[in-house]
Amino acid sequence: MRRIAIALGLPVVLVAVWWFASAGSTDFYRPALSRILLAFRETWFGPRLFDDALPSVGRLFAGYALALVLGVALGTAIGAIPWLRALLEPALEFLRAIPPPVLVPIIILIAGFGDLMKVIVIVSGCVWPILLNTVEGVRGVDEVLADTCRSYRITGAMRLRHFVLRAASPQIVTGARQALSIGIILMVISEMIAASQGLGFTIVQFQRGFQIPEMWSGVLLLGLLGVGLSALFQVFERRILIWYHGQRAEMREW
Amino acid sequence: MLHVEGLSKVYDGHGRRTEAIADITFSVAEFEFACVVGPSGCGKTTLLRCIAGLLAPTSGRITVSGEPVAVVFQEYGRSLFPWMRVRDNVELPLRASHMKAQRRRELVAEALESVGLSDVHNAYPWQLSGGMQQRVAIARAIAYGPRVLLMDEPFAAVDAQTRAELEDLIRSVWQRLGVTLLFITHDIDESVYLGQRVIVLSASPTRVAEIVTVDLPAERDQLTTRSDARFAELRTQVYAQIQKAKRSTP
Amino acid sequence: MSRALLGATGLLGLIAIGEAVPRLGLVPIQYAPPPSRIAAALASEAQQPRFWTAVGDTLRTWAEGLAIALVAGVVLGVVIGSVPLLRAATASTIEFLRPIPSVALIPLAALLYGATITSTRVLVVYAAFWQVLVQVLHGVADVDPVAHETARVYRLGRWARVRYLIWPTALPYALTGLRLAASVALILAITGELVIGSPGLGREIAVAQGSGVSAVPTMYAYVVVTGLIGLCANAFARMGERRILAWHPAIRREVAAA
Ligand SMILES: Nc1ncnc2c1ncn2[C@@H]1O[C@H](COP(=O)(O)OP(=O)(O)OP(=O)(O)O)[C@@H](O)[C@H]1O
Ligand SMILES: [Mg+2]
Repeated sequence: MRRIAIALGLPVVLVAVWWFASAGSTDFYRPALSRILLAFRETWFGPRLFDDALPSVGRLFAGYALALVLGVALGTAIGAIPWLRALLEPALEFLRAIPPPVLVPIIILIAGFGDLMKVIVIVSGCVWPILLNTVEGVRGVDEVLADTCRSYRITGAMRLRHFVLRAASPQIVTGARQALSIGIILMVISEMIAASQGLGFTIVQFQRGFQIPEMWSGVLLLGLLGVGLSALFQVFERRILIWYHGQRAEMREW
Repeated sequence: MLHVEGLSKVYDGHGRRTEAIADITFSVAEFEFACVVGPSGCGKTTLLRCIAGLLAPTSGRITVSGEPVAVVFQEYGRSLFPWMRVRDNVELPLRASHMKAQRRRELVAEALESVGLSDVHNAYPWQLSGGMQQRVAIARAIAYGPRVLLMDEPFAAVDAQTRAELEDLIRSVWQRLGVTLLFITHDIDESVYLGQRVIVLSASPTRVAEIVTVDLPAERDQLTTRSDARFAELRTQVYAQIQKAKRSTP
Repeated sequence: MSRALLGATGLLGLIAIGEAVPRLGLVPIQYAPPPSRIAAALASEAQQPRFWTAVGDTLRTWAEGLAIALVAGVVLGVVIGSVPLLRAATASTIEFLRPIPSVALIPLAALLYGATITSTRVLVVYAAFWQVLVQVLHGVADVDPVAHETARVYRLGRWARVRYLIWPTALPYALTGLRLAASVALILAITGELVIGSPGLGREIAVAQGSGVSAVPTMYAYVVVTGLIGLCANAFARMGERRILAWHPAIRREVAAA
């Protein structure tokens, strides 16, 4: 009870402060919270949900999933083969260092303005943290466990599935978490730069058209999307890494 | 059953050359329980890894006639998969050998039963004590149905009480399963208590200093065997050999 | 072959592929200029003061934003982290605010501050702040309970505890936070310039993008420059971390919740 009160206390206070401080606001740029919430309902619980919001999220998922597959596959190969890693590491370091949004104009040149471009943009940004973390994870697998696999003839797909990928999973998850926030950024950016629909496009449209409460509602929606996806991610992480967190908690007690 | 002939191993790399094993020759007969003792760092793990086929010898020949070979490692904490429950850890090698699910389940249950862990099927390894973890590793080896079992100081890191229990466990497992067992330890008492023969290694450069035959009765237990006069003689003999081997090294 | 040599081979290979693919006509050469052309474009851009102004603007936005985020993150992190009640009360709010994507603020910043460095800096500060704050909070939480007890037994004051106990433990975490923040801040700096149009490399890329096919190599050249800056930022952050922590006994590990 007390814990819930403490957890909810500050958020409630903050929202209340925002509500009352902005109530009856006449500042054009900072409308009342009640006005924003009204705009939120009018704007996003209608055709915009299906025409703009959901397609954006769909592209995000598509690009993210693709990046996950690519990053883990390539990362596993690179992590497991020392000469390949030595060969590719500097090149990968450079490619990763490019801030992903600047690739948007380049990818537009090659893939046009459609969905494909946006998915490629998301993949091109999300793949690096996943790939590099997978490499680290695969490289750092425990030698004794590797010996165990060899002496018990655990090889091939079995070894990959039950040993390598599981052993690397804490790092892979770390990379996937970084990739998720980059993915959201790129979803929005690609639509802000070049699109005729989607969340990013709509919000910029509101801003340029001085539909201020609508714009605020879009900002709110993006925030909620980020929070929602990160909560979803945590659910998956808990399930995948239950052993890891348990083991770490166990070690801390020592 | 198990022959090691003129084995030598030199680690060479990172600008450092270590001669871990100079020249080792011995054999172990079928169904024998042989112990290897030697001072810390003399190359016992190296020897075991060569026999298990995990490491290529620099020279010499190793023949192991008998399949499959199971290994229990020194670092029990790191040889179990922390993301798998106890049951799955024991089962994994069987799955890799394409055994039927029904048969697998039986073998896993039997193996865990025989090490006295019937009630922890669902636990994760890190939820268990050190001694229990090592018993899971032993259960995994048992379930694998090996003809040759290699163990590398399996009890080095458990407390004395647990250690005595595990020693008796291993003796009974060996008698029941009929495996050829090579047991590595740095503990002289343990080697005499467990083995039928004790292979004494010298300090580096490592050779076989002596092979002591343990002529104690097959039925052993912690109290009577250890207070036996013959036991004391044998351990003194092994101890003297190790001391001599240490002194003779340049 | 040594690692360095292999790595150099890999880089050369990347350049060679970049050169061959458009020249063999596998992709249209006007859209994917080979590295030689990009290098030529870069050389000619580098002779113009406008290029260096853009580089300077980007670096300034980045550094200022990072500095503000660092100070705010460390101060708040230490204060919140060392007062248990405050920590409990803010935990849910932090968990909620942190994942809000900083790009959500782009329209707000554009509206409130226009196409200025200030509006991009807001984005940079917001994005970098969470990285630092979360790491510092983890660091403060990591203070050894035994050390805490000891401090209490010896009646160390609050300030002394922060100075001699909390700060040294949290420092490696703060540096990790700085390293993570540095790369995020660079992304946001350039994104802000690209989308809002505040001065800097991002805006130059947008300008080149709007200038037709002849400016494509220039656009690539700017992209390469952002990559090089990113590379330097990473290298400096790692080096600084190593330098400052050389004396530090703590094990540095990246907090999984980063
Ligand atoms: N991978 C390796 N590379 C180089 N040297 C090694 C390696 N493994 C072991 N050595 C060296 O070989 C020697 C023997 O090591 P080994 O681990 O086989 O000894 P051990 O008898 O098992 O020791 P302990 O009783 O501590 O387990 C040591 O000097 C060690 O430093
Ligand atoms: Mg050893």
